[in-house]
Amino acid sequence: MKTLYDKLWEEHHVTQLDSGESLLYIDRHYLHEVTSPQAFEGLIKKNLKPWRLNANIATPDHNVPTTRGNNFNSESITDEISKIQVVELDKNCNKFGIKQFDIESNKQGIVHVIGPELGFTIPGMTIVCGDSHTSTHGALGCLAMGIGTSEVEHVLATQCLKVSKLKNMNVRFEGEVDEHVSSKDIVLYLIGQIGTAGGTGYAIEFSGSYISSISVEGRMTICNMAIEAGAKVGLIAPDNKTIEYVKSKSFLDDDTFNQAKEYWKTLKSDDDAKFDKEITIDVSKIKPQVTWGTSPEMVLNYDESIPTVFDTKDENKKNVELARDYMGIENETKLSDLTFDKVFIGSCTNSRIEDLRQAAEIVKGKTIASNISEAIVVPGSGLVKEQAENEGLDKVFTDAGFIWRDPGCSMCLGMNPDQLKPYERCASTSNRNFEGRQGYLGRTHLMSPIMAAYTAIIGTIGDPYEI
Amino acid sequence: MKSNSEGLIIDGVVAYIDRDNIDTDQIIPTEYLKSIKKFGFEDYLFDGWRYKDDGKLGVTKDERVIDENFILNKNPFNESKILLTRDNFGCGSSREHAVWALRDFGIKAVIASSFGDIFYNNSFKNGVLPIKLEKQEIDFLFDQTQQKVLELSINLQKKEINYGEKTISFHVEKHLLDRIIYGLDDVDITLKEKDKILDFEMTRVEERPWIFK
Repeated sequence: MKTLYDKLWEEHHVTQLDSGESLLYIDRHYLHEVTSPQAFEGLIKKNLKPWRLNANIATPDHNVPTTRGNNFNSESITDEISKIQVVELDKNCNKFGIKQFDIESNKQGIVHVIGPELGFTIPGMTIVCGDSHTSTHGALGCLAMGIGTSEVEHVLATQCLKVSKLKNMNVRFEGEVDEHVSSKDIVLYLIGQIGTAGGTGYAIEFSGSYISSISVEGRMTICNMAIEAGAKVGLIAPDNKTIEYVKSKSFLDDDTFNQAKEYWKTLKSDDDAKFDKEITIDVSKIKPQVTWGTSPEMVLNYDESIPTVFDTKDENKKNVELARDYMGIENETKLSDLTFDKVFIGSCTNSRIEDLRQAAEIVKGKTIASNISEAIVVPGSGLVKEQAENEGLDKVFTDAGFIWRDPGCSMCLGMNPDQLKPYERCASTSNRNFEGRQGYLGRTHLMSPIMAAYTAIIGTIGDPYEI
Repeated sequence: MKSNSEGLIIDGVVAYIDRDNIDTDQIIPTEYLKSIKKFGFEDYLFDGWRYKDDGKLGVTKDERVIDENFILNKNPFNESKILLTRDNFGCGSSREHAVWALRDFGIKAVIASSFGDIFYNNSFKNGVLPIKLEKQEIDFLFDQTQQKVLELSINLQKKEINYGEKTISFHVEKHLLDRIIYGLDDVDITLKEKDKILDFEMTRVEERPWIFK
């Protein structure tokens, strides 16, 4: 009768407070440089220490430059304000003894990429981080969500989160996709259907034959963008693929791992579990998706016409008008009419090894279009970078005219030197196409690594079925 | 916030932004998240819409090119304590800086038809009251803003918005509202349950040892 979310909730439920809220025990807490300094300051003011040190794992990712080369350390960051924040994380981690994969570590990377790949995210955990894309870890059967800085302080101080229970939603993806469609297209399509507030107040479980058929990395892309559908929790029941993935990353001894495995097999929604909302989507009809506007819900099939105020319902006319204006869409009627300036392959959504392999497959032996002034590939972590280089993917990209970078959040958000200039149009594998997200007045079109790779080669949104 | 015989009141001129899905990147762009402080974000609220130039952390309002058409730059809305907007306000990133920017500007209540989950939760921890109303009520209030400078009075204890003869009730969980009324600190409250957390943890170490490796 219970959903996976119900089970994880009960498993971590410490007590119910007089207020009606619950205290949930937190197994893993990830920290990065942006949302933690004020939390550490609060902890110090209250004269407290982290409740359980080894629950915490830190890494700098948002501010770090991606052109670091050798012998780079926190002090080498040229943006003085960014440097303060990265150095502050070093100081806080040293002061309290928190394990950090710092800017000099070959394991540093985007926090949501390094967590699973270093074996710190394992099924059945509660995981929080001061970052909304913490939902990513739900792909391994975790109850994972983004929190604010006050809550970061609260988790450091108490190892608990004070929360009310969410409602349950089941999104079932059934069927098989064609070769040009990836998990990014599936989640963008869902957001287009239910809207960016469609999942607000829910924990969304993703299930169905499509989910079973894809890799754990592909599942991470889907859970990552649950928050773009409004749901702070996205989750997927662990299966044999999950257990194999976790085994390949695990630092647990065999006995402990096998013991854990027996428990992980119980982590699934019961057959008769009750969901507050259920949606079934036939993925076989989904085409590659590309956003046209300033919200992830403003998404189209790659070959569809861009909405105008004339073909939009009254309540949405203003949103369409504002988005067209910001995105610089005038007489263009289709995405293929737009000319692109930059391409970004990276971010916590799409910077894992499979993403890079998919993109490399397409650019192999080709050259980026003349109108693309810069195309960058930013691996999600030091380990992803190393793996890609071992496979020669870096060479494939650089031969085609891409720039190969060091790991970080990079152009997903304008906190580091990788930014769009005003009015530049970017094909991006990241997760948010909000105004100014990639740089002041920059124009973002979200898509899969496959479509971003095609866009780099063609210079606009092409038809992958004709190429 | 002021208090009278009827309870705590937030009142005054309502600033309004007629848009859906105002994300936290619009409330405060990433550039300003480089601050390691918890205060001083007032000049960066709605930065992309409030100014005609690109800003940097540390550059104040006086050094910027103001967009005179943006509502928070117009008198009397530059002094507003209440913001009216539409659907899904505060969606996107978990940055608490979004609430800090509203708070530092002087906004004490945001009225919308829905809010992003994380933003909603962050608001109560910083003395900003998010009020959810039905879409028809939001439409009504927007209509009023087109006729005159709208002034509202929000009674926190009664959970009522008063506008002339009209009263609009709203729902908010008592424990969340109490956080604003009494300025409660969550860490202090939770640490009262310290023994329960320790007991829970000890059991968990035995039952799920792999979590603690």
